[in-house]
Amino acid sequence: MRRVVWLLFCREWRLAWRRPGDLLNPLVFFALVVSLFPLAVGPEPTMLRSMAPGVIWVAALLATLLSLDGLFRSDYDDGSLEQWVLSPHPLALMVLVKVLHHWLLSGLAMVLLAPLFGLMLALPLSSLPVLVLTLLLGTPVLSLLGAVGAALTVGLKSGGVLLALLILPLYIPVLILGTGAMDAALQGMPVTGYALWLGCLAMLALSLAPIAIAAGLRIGVSE
Amino acid sequence: MNWSFFHKLGSPKWFHDISGRWLPWFAVAGVLLLSVGSVWGLFFAPEDYQQGNSFRIIYIHVPAAFVAQSCYMMLAVAGIVSLVWRMKLADVALKCAAPIGAWMTFVALLTGAIWGKPTWGTYWVWDARLTSMLILLFLYFGIIALGQAISNRETSAKATAVLAIVGVVNIPIIKYSVDWWNTLHQPATFKITEKPAMPVEMWLPLLLMVLGFYALFTVSLLMRMRLEVLRREHKTRWVREVLEKSS
Repeated sequence: MRRVVWLLFCREWRLAWRRPGDLLNPLVFFALVVSLFPLAVGPEPTMLRSMAPGVIWVAALLATLLSLDGLFRSDYDDGSLEQWVLSPHPLALMVLVKVLHHWLLSGLAMVLLAPLFGLMLALPLSSLPVLVLTLLLGTPVLSLLGAVGAALTVGLKSGGVLLALLILPLYIPVLILGTGAMDAALQGMPVTGYALWLGCLAMLALSLAPIAIAAGLRIGVSE
Repeated sequence: MNWSFFHKLGSPKWFHDISGRWLPWFAVAGVLLLSVGSVWGLFFAPEDYQQGNSFRIIYIHVPAAFVAQSCYMMLAVAGIVSLVWRMKLADVALKCAAPIGAWMTFVALLTGAIWGKPTWGTYWVWDARLTSMLILLFLYFGIIALGQAISNRETSAKATAVLAIVGVVNIPIIKYSVDWWNTLHQPATFKITEKPAMPVEMWLPLLLMVLGFYALFTVSLLMRMRLEVLRREHKTRWVREVLEKSS
């Protein structure tokens, strides 16, 4: 079992590095969306500061969604998804490896980039650790939930918009908790409650989402 | 316990027979409840001492919100039944109930907005409960859109079932969000465990309206399901017999 996980991880890793553009695009999108906001609402630091948590979270959310659209597409097209479904190893586990690998390359990169954009949006230095922490807890939930939608729309031609319609409503609790934590941090209030709730959602998504993703992929492959 | 009724539910013909017998009863009950409840609520129930007559819209708003929320629960239950027992009727129920639920959510939002203007001074506030109803509407849209995007009927039923189950996990979080932000919206009108804060003359018509809305929901669901069952089974002999008898 451990060997399968390791082999799968290596495969994903190699595949990802052979097409570095796919890795970079969501990050560039994230950066672009964040930098559009000061251009649209003006460079006033106080206003930017009050908007920054929301802007960063919404940008992270959209970038995740964008990167998830093709998560299972190439595997579906070349038939390896069918091999996954047929293989004796639990599909949920293999899917979890794939999604976590995807998070490692897109979500984690956004987490690392976020403090930079926080500074550009005039967030005080003291609130940046909270931003990193909440994103660190929240982005895996985004990836896992989004993968459920990606699995359900895997065989469809017009997957992109539909994926957004299916998944964005489910992202709302994460968005509320993430920005709530940032607002609390900006006002000097404790953020432990928000962080714990985000952790709860992360655990819930880690344990339940792979089952739903596997079910979705089985349905998609059977078509 | 005798489970034979459960197995019978798997048979479209049995469903068509039995629902045909139930339908008039639900329809009569619905018409009675709705007419008595609305006349009582709109004309005879006492005025609210703060909101005046504008509070009377709750006789539409609260029942619609009730049905909208329980309809989503029903979708999830139908989804589980469909995935676990592969029951065709559960697929039909899931497909037919989603648009009704979306409409009910829309009615609840609309009446809420109309009520909000004289009471809160604005049509829309980003209050937790309003927002969660809006999310519910989007969840319904997602289910309907996914069902329509997949052309294969069985695949589409399974996919929407999974989506409904995933969505229902979100419902408790939405419920808790009401407690997280303590905001404008008043707490739930009915609680099973407590006596309502309204006087009897106010909540009794509301209760009738809620029951009437459930009857209305059942009637429209059964009618849609019967039509869908006939369409899906159109090649079988019993459907032909039914159609010959009715024409």
